[in-house]
Amino acid sequence: MNKPIRTMAVGCMVLFLALLLNASYLQFVSAGDLNDRNDNRRVRDAEFSRKRGEILVAGSKVAESVPSGDVYKYQRRYPQPFKYAHATGFFSYLYGASAVESNQNDVLSGSDSRLFVNRLVDTVSNTQPEGGSVSLTLDPRAQTAAFDGIQQLGSGTQAAVVAIEPATGRILALVSNPTYNPNLLASHEFEAVESDWKRLTSAADEPMFDRAIQGVYPPGSTFKLVTAAAALESGEYDPGTQVPGTATLDLPQTTKDLPNFSGSDCGGDTVTLTQALMVSCNVAFGALGMELGAGALENQAEKFGFGQRYLDGLGGQAVSVFPEDPDAPLTAYSAIGQYEVRASPLQMAQVVATIANRGLGMVPYLVDEVRAPDLSVLDKTSPEEMPQRAMSASAAGELTQMMVEVVDRGTAKTAQIPGIKVAGKTGTAQSAADRAPYAWFVSFAPADNPEVAVAVIVEDAGVDRNAISGSGLAAPIAKAVMEAVTGP
Amino acid sequence: MTGYAPSREFVHRRRRGAELVLMLLALAVGIGAYAAVGLGVKGRVPADLVGYSGWLAALALGAHVVVRLTAPYADPVLLPVVTALNGLGLAVIYRIDLASRTSLSAKQLMWTTLGVALFAAVLLLLKDHRRLQAYTYTLGFAAVFLLLLPLVPGLGREINGARIWIGVGGFSFQPGEVAKVALVIAFAGYLVLHRDALALAGRRVVGIDFPRGRDLGPILAMWLVSLAVLVFQRDLGSSLLFFGLFLVMLYVATERPGWLIVGGALFGAGALVAYSLFPHVQSRVEGWLDPFGDTESFGQIVEGLYGMAYGGLVGRGLGQGEPWRIPFSYSDFIVAAVGEELGLTGMIALLLMFGLIVERALRTALICRDGFGKLVATGLGVVFALQVFVVVGGVTKLIPLTGLTTPFMSYGGSSMIANWVVIGLLLRISDQVRRPLPEARPLTADDATTVVRMR
Repeated sequence: MNKPIRTMAVGCMVLFLALLLNASYLQFVSAGDLNDRNDNRRVRDAEFSRKRGEILVAGSKVAESVPSGDVYKYQRRYPQPFKYAHATGFFSYLYGASAVESNQNDVLSGSDSRLFVNRLVDTVSNTQPEGGSVSLTLDPRAQTAAFDGIQQLGSGTQAAVVAIEPATGRILALVSNPTYNPNLLASHEFEAVESDWKRLTSAADEPMFDRAIQGVYPPGSTFKLVTAAAALESGEYDPGTQVPGTATLDLPQTTKDLPNFSGSDCGGDTVTLTQALMVSCNVAFGALGMELGAGALENQAEKFGFGQRYLDGLGGQAVSVFPEDPDAPLTAYSAIGQYEVRASPLQMAQVVATIANRGLGMVPYLVDEVRAPDLSVLDKTSPEEMPQRAMSASAAGELTQMMVEVVDRGTAKTAQIPGIKVAGKTGTAQSAADRAPYAWFVSFAPADNPEVAVAVIVEDAGVDRNAISGSGLAAPIAKAVMEAVTGP
Repeated sequence: MTGYAPSREFVHRRRRGAELVLMLLALAVGIGAYAAVGLGVKGRVPADLVGYSGWLAALALGAHVVVRLTAPYADPVLLPVVTALNGLGLAVIYRIDLASRTSLSAKQLMWTTLGVALFAAVLLLLKDHRRLQAYTYTLGFAAVFLLLLPLVPGLGREINGARIWIGVGGFSFQPGEVAKVALVIAFAGYLVLHRDALALAGRRVVGIDFPRGRDLGPILAMWLVSLAVLVFQRDLGSSLLFFGLFLVMLYVATERPGWLIVGGALFGAGALVAYSLFPHVQSRVEGWLDPFGDTESFGQIVEGLYGMAYGGLVGRGLGQGEPWRIPFSYSDFIVAAVGEELGLTGMIALLLMFGLIVERALRTALICRDGFGKLVATGLGVVFALQVFVVVGGVTKLIPLTGLTTPFMSYGGSSMIANWVVIGLLLRISDQVRRPLPEARPLTADDATTVVRMR
């Protein structure tokens, strides 16, 4: 009977080998994935009872961990909760984390591989591992200007602001309103946290939704910059080229006409391209769009970043889109940023930042520096170019000049800053008949040596429908941000 | 048949001194783990450490002395390995106790004491394992009786969906664990008598000998018993265990792989039918394939996986993980608790210790001179291996989860007692086979022709 016993012995060995291999796979190979799962309470408990790293803006803390004296040892605190909520995000025992708190969790919690040596030292000296700190690119002056500007329209205003440094892609301001208080979610009073969470997530004005990067809206006339860029890039147009300027544009294949916003003509039967942009002439850009074709517009939009996720250091970026294969009349509507064109405030900021940087887009980023608990720099983000140049430098220069005309003499006079040349473009986008139009303003300054590019959208300020316009609602906020950055 | 014929010169040494040294190491594991749990959870050693250590040491050394007196030639590794496992199990249960304010470890220590007492009783009362062969049918019927006990109305208890418990007074008992040992002996006794009929008659199909139809009786009967356990007691694990055990012993007794194929086919068919008929089987398979799809229902598996992943390579340290998050981390999922607090390192050590027990049992079977002893030792070893595989495989998501206890570790009296008896039997057989023969015997000694004194 020994032969089958030996066979059985081999069989048993195979069984145990399978167990050993499986255990090794589970505890070594897939352990990381399992630890990263959101509902893994062990990892969260450990992270909660650890000194989490700080989130810094220009050297001051916008998120920090302070000793709490309860079982979790540390309490996450946000000194300026409302202003920075959408940048820092929240860190909650019950609901996980969001924004930078989530995206940079490895560093903040101390589990990042770059902190390995620190962890080793902590293990040997038997101290709790600490998290590293994360410095954001935000400029407190720009952030404050943007936040205060929106608050002046009323604290319930639904609006968003993104400001970018054109030469590098650093995000200088990131504001979305209505906002929320992340301290409420970070609290260790779990019952209160639960009710606050329910209230915040079910509120109709979605205070936890980051409109600046997660929302997409019809960009309206601000999209005419993309159409103008496509025209200049085609080589067949320059700022002086004559384009149609009548009161309405007869659209093919349909009985509908495309009217101007004002209802009157744009200054003549034909006008220069500069003049068309200056008065935001729908007829001119609708005709231009049909002339260039949907393909050229889509191509130009993609060069500016439409259809892509490129934001570094923050999750959840919504993709901006140009509609697929619109027919001729819909191409006309698309060319003026209506129909199914959708852009996030971040995307429109990226468009003007690209124009400002002489046609070369930089990848926008929010995390500037990552430091170990001992303050040694672990990583510093270096500016990166977008995959392809959006415009030639000369075309970008021409477009900049046209945008300066818009602010100096056109629809965007409200954005003028004494002593500084500002380039800008307004937009008032219709969405549905029953909801207020979106007021947009995009700009950069100084036009000859840009330090900041801004996009502002006011989605709903609770004002009368007729009072909504890009120049009236959005431009003053953009102006405040530009002044904050370019000022002394 | 190529028998393992030890050369005449080769005489096994007693190795009791080695056993004693290993016992001290095993005690160090058990007591050290107990102290580490106290340090990890409360920052100081448990208040009753001295009393506890004394008790554990008395048990271990008592067992050693009994072996020294009654089975001086027995395998020196088995007892220390089992002592280490038992001590570690107690410490882990104590760790869960501290987290969930229960007092299971004290009860488990009592069960351990009873287990060691029965272990000693086996060695003291059973002078020769071959005597058990006389009780083949008694034990067989006892096993079936025990298996069916939980189905008796008023006596049986259904816990966590499986009706494998009986309640007497305040105690609940899992008769299947005891039935397991009785079955091994009954199978061995039956097979050693009928192996010729089962082995010789048959026909050959594509190079494999298949048994005759009329010889299929016992295997069919056992198949039905296994299915009954599965259907009426809803206990997937025990069902698999009993049937697997029977198949393996049949194969070893007859040396015909055909039995494995026939049995495997039967089991496969039964499993398929069970899968299509019973929702609880389907749910087990679903929980195995995608536990994260429904973390409400499969929270136990998920928490177990999280725990082991959290443990990583070296573990969080005893008392410093959160194994209390896993439901039943003191019984079915105790391996997950070990994986969490002692890491992959501890897990591998644990599996190797279990593997060592199986290896020692099969080694004993190999050098055993009588067929009955061979079959009993093989059966005990294989049932041990199968049980560890089913429960650890289930917890680590290698196979669908089925409820079985982890030998010597899980909380539970029936399992503890039965496994100590198993070790007692193995040591008895091992003592028998390693003992030098009283006089020189001709080299032709072959297990097929060994004369066995029955009484």
